[in-house]
Amino acid sequence: MTLEILGITVLWTFLFGYVIVGSIDYGAGFFNAYSIMTKKEHVLSNIIQRYLSPVWEVTNVFFVFFFVGVVGFFPQTAYYFGTIFLIPGSIALLLLAVRGSYYAFETYVSRGHKGYAFMYGLSGLLIPASLSIVLTISEGGFVHIEDGNPVLDYWALFTSPLSWSIVVLSIVAVLYISAVFLTWYANKTGDRDATELMRKYALFWAGPLIITAGGIIYELRFHNPAHYEQLLGLWWMFALSFILWLATVWFLWKRTNYAAAVWLLVGQFAFAFYGYGISHFPYLLYPVLTVHEGFTNKAMAISLVIVFILGLALLIPSLYLLLKLFLFDKTYLKGKNKKE
Amino acid sequence: MLLEDPVFASRFLTLLTLSFHIIYATIGVGVPLMIMIAQWIGIRKNDEHYILMARRWARGFVVTVAVGVVTGTAIGLQLSLLWPRFMELAGQIIALPLFMEVFAFFFEAIFLGIYLYTWDRFEDQRKHLLLLIPVALGAGMSAFFITVVNSFMNTPHGFDIVDGQLTNANPILAMFNPAMPTKVAHVLATAYMTVAFMLAAIAAFKLLKGSGHVYHKKALNMTMKIGLIFAIAAAIIGDFSGKFLAVYQPEKLAAAEWHFETEEGAPLLLYGLLGDDNEVKGALKIPYALSILAFGHPMSEVIGLEEFPEEETPPLAVHYFFDLMVTIGVFMIFLALVYWIGTRWNWEFVKAKWYRWLIVLGGPLSFLAIEAGWWMAEVGRQPWILRGIMTVEEAATTSDYVGLMSILFVVLYIVLGIGTIVVLRRLFKNNPVEKELANAKGGDKA
Ligand code: HDD
Ligand code: HEM
Ligand code: HEM
Repeated sequence: MTLEILGITVLWTFLFGYVIVGSIDYGAGFFNAYSIMTKKEHVLSNIIQRYLSPVWEVTNVFFVFFFVGVVGFFPQTAYYFGTIFLIPGSIALLLLAVRGSYYAFETYVSRGHKGYAFMYGLSGLLIPASLSIVLTISEGGFVHIEDGNPVLDYWALFTSPLSWSIVVLSIVAVLYISAVFLTWYANKTGDRDATELMRKYALFWAGPLIITAGGIIYELRFHNPAHYEQLLGLWWMFALSFILWLATVWFLWKRTNYAAAVWLLVGQFAFAFYGYGISHFPYLLYPVLTVHEGFTNKAMAISLVIVFILGLALLIPSLYLLLKLFLFDKTYLKGKNKKE
Repeated sequence: MLLEDPVFASRFLTLLTLSFHIIYATIGVGVPLMIMIAQWIGIRKNDEHYILMARRWARGFVVTVAVGVVTGTAIGLQLSLLWPRFMELAGQIIALPLFMEVFAFFFEAIFLGIYLYTWDRFEDQRKHLLLLIPVALGAGMSAFFITVVNSFMNTPHGFDIVDGQLTNANPILAMFNPAMPTKVAHVLATAYMTVAFMLAAIAAFKLLKGSGHVYHKKALNMTMKIGLIFAIAAAIIGDFSGKFLAVYQPEKLAAAEWHFETEEGAPLLLYGLLGDDNEVKGALKIPYALSILAFGHPMSEVIGLEEFPEEETPPLAVHYFFDLMVTIGVFMIFLALVYWIGTRWNWEFVKAKWYRWLIVLGGPLSFLAIEAGWWMAEVGRQPWILRGIMTVEEAATTSDYVGLMSILFVVLYIVLGIGTIVVLRRLFKNNPVEKELANAKGGDKA
């Protein structure tokens, strides 16, 4: 494996991690706000808070890791994407800022404050939407070079069915991923009402998810035929993804084995996400920037990889400790405290 | 409008975001150490007041961390959005510490999450305290790594530029550039100092508002002592920073000192106003002091601004920032020293109202010194973004709309700033120390 492939694989994996943990996080915030609005907070708020409180900062670091890593491994992306991504990027930052701080304000100080909960619930839902625009832009067709500088064609972006489908997919995916996860989590905490409610939401969003995902593949055919051809070459990955989706829904429907449902869901998204990523290869920004030309020098690449390995050696045990203490700890899950 | 120029607007937005982030970042670096000290003393002396101090500080800390994290994320992404050319070049050589910083954040975030929710989970309090070490370490490391990046911008190092292309990159050498030691040390020392004085200000304020509780007196005594130690450290390291500048960035020092002509035995100018034709009015002149600050010897030669082409001289306004920083630094040392001696020798006036008001003032002043220091350091690097290699103008984005985005961010920071204050006030008002001590036993809220 060459260093650039290693680099992009690591980054893509962290992005995948962010998509999953971020979706759970943002979706949970939305469901929390929604349940307050519909006066069902007694059912949901408790489990959502219990899960979210200790982990939200960790979620954010996944995102920071991704964009810092991209600039490290592929410095030219800073130039191309930095120049064209100003407006969507700034909007995403505003939303992230509102989301993170109001989440903290509500959770740590003003429990149940409706305005705060509403603010972070809604902003959380829009973050994936605004960030997903990067994926659209990277498909090419929206950027031209003017006086040697890349310029984004906002009108084309705004009127493209592809960009809107990607936005819709990102929102639906957030709600679906989060609902499936919280079904399992609620079940684990032994909260029957919350489990039932989350299960209902999960089943509700399963259909729209697969429809929008299919729609995107269809639109890509017109927008970027070369990419579409490569996607077809990887048809088996998407087929597997579809089968895993079916299995997840089946488990939810049958009310059995929610843990398996979560793992199947992760698998479903992994196949789709990597399938998409591999078919996009080698372009970072179609057709002007590839993984090979955009790559950093060898010394930097090697040191980044070394730091990455050392970093993981530090992180994995710590993350394990976090999960052990909160996500999988029986007394914590049930809302009690114990002495150790 | 000025904001229509992408270069100016990018500078404005960077200034804004960094000046806002640095407030929360400083708190983020300093508070974990203070919590650690308080909790340690509490366990050692078996004194519930100190434990409660640690708890209350930790509770407020989560709020500021949240805003610190989101504004930090903003500046991290904005570096690419506003300075794409710079990040493209610098990414090839200084991405390493940025990348390491992310791991420090990870580490800090994970253990902070654990620490906050495990107050009553351990029979042995010392185990709980152990969880705080990675938090304080992670925060200190983030400050370390980001300051390394900034020192690289001041003294780029560890690569060659051949035909506009960067070659022979050595990321390790780039990290250990000449500006790094003084800069990192000064930033860390001032962060600890500022946070200690901030907590002292809060304690003094409570005492002024009529709470005579010994809890606040203990807090005040402890934080003033810690503040004093770090304030002295800050001044000593600041002196080294001056010596560093004299060798590696003489134009910054000369601009900060309005030192126009190269001369031996140079005097130090304090305060004053700059008139037309760079004529200095009303400044205090301390003979030989600049030579001493620069090289530690009264007769040594200090390079003046005349040796630099006009378009490479930094704005002379940095003088005011420098004076502000040093004045506050000296004032705080004095204030804390008198307090310390005064409490030992039972001088009455250190308990007087006016003295406590001065301590209250010291909190915001310390933050002002941090801001002034950064403004001096960053504006004093102008016109360079990477000294000697790339100017701000070359680095800035070519995208329009930076001005519009700047306005949005102004609104955002106002909302976040007010939000923090409102929320912190509510947090502590609803939960005064007296009440908490009364029902201290039981309850598991972090
Ligand atoms: C509480 C804050 C605070 C206080 C009291 C001081 N400083 Fe400072 N100073 C900073 C906060 C700061 C800072 C914000 O941390 C800076 C900005 C950039 C940096 O490296 O640190 C800084 C930079 C800075 C620089 C520029 C370094 C560079 O650009 O590379 C010098 C020469 C000094 N300081 C010198 C001093 C002296 C002689 C002080 C005497 C008391 C002093 N500082 C007190
Ligand atoms: C990774 C480290 C840093 C980078 C990459 C960086 C980058 C920049 C850039 C690109 C500018 C614009 C140049 C200018 O307008 O003068 C700037 C200015 C500035 N930076 Fe830094 N900076 C770093 C660290 C810091 C830190 C830690 C602070 C502390 C708050 C800071 C404070 C400022 C300020 C106040 C300005 C405005 C100066 C001006 O308007 O002229 N910088 N910085
Ligand atoms: C250009 C300058 C800077 C950049 C790009 C930057 C970047 C960031 C980012 C991305 C985060 C969020 C991390 C997360 O998701 O957890 C953050 C938070 C933080 N930053 Fe900054 N930062 C800068 C300046 C500084 C400085 C000068 C300091 C310290 C002196 C500092 C200390 C911290 C700390 C301690 C946090 C953790 C949040 C907290 O505890 O409040 N940063 N920064």
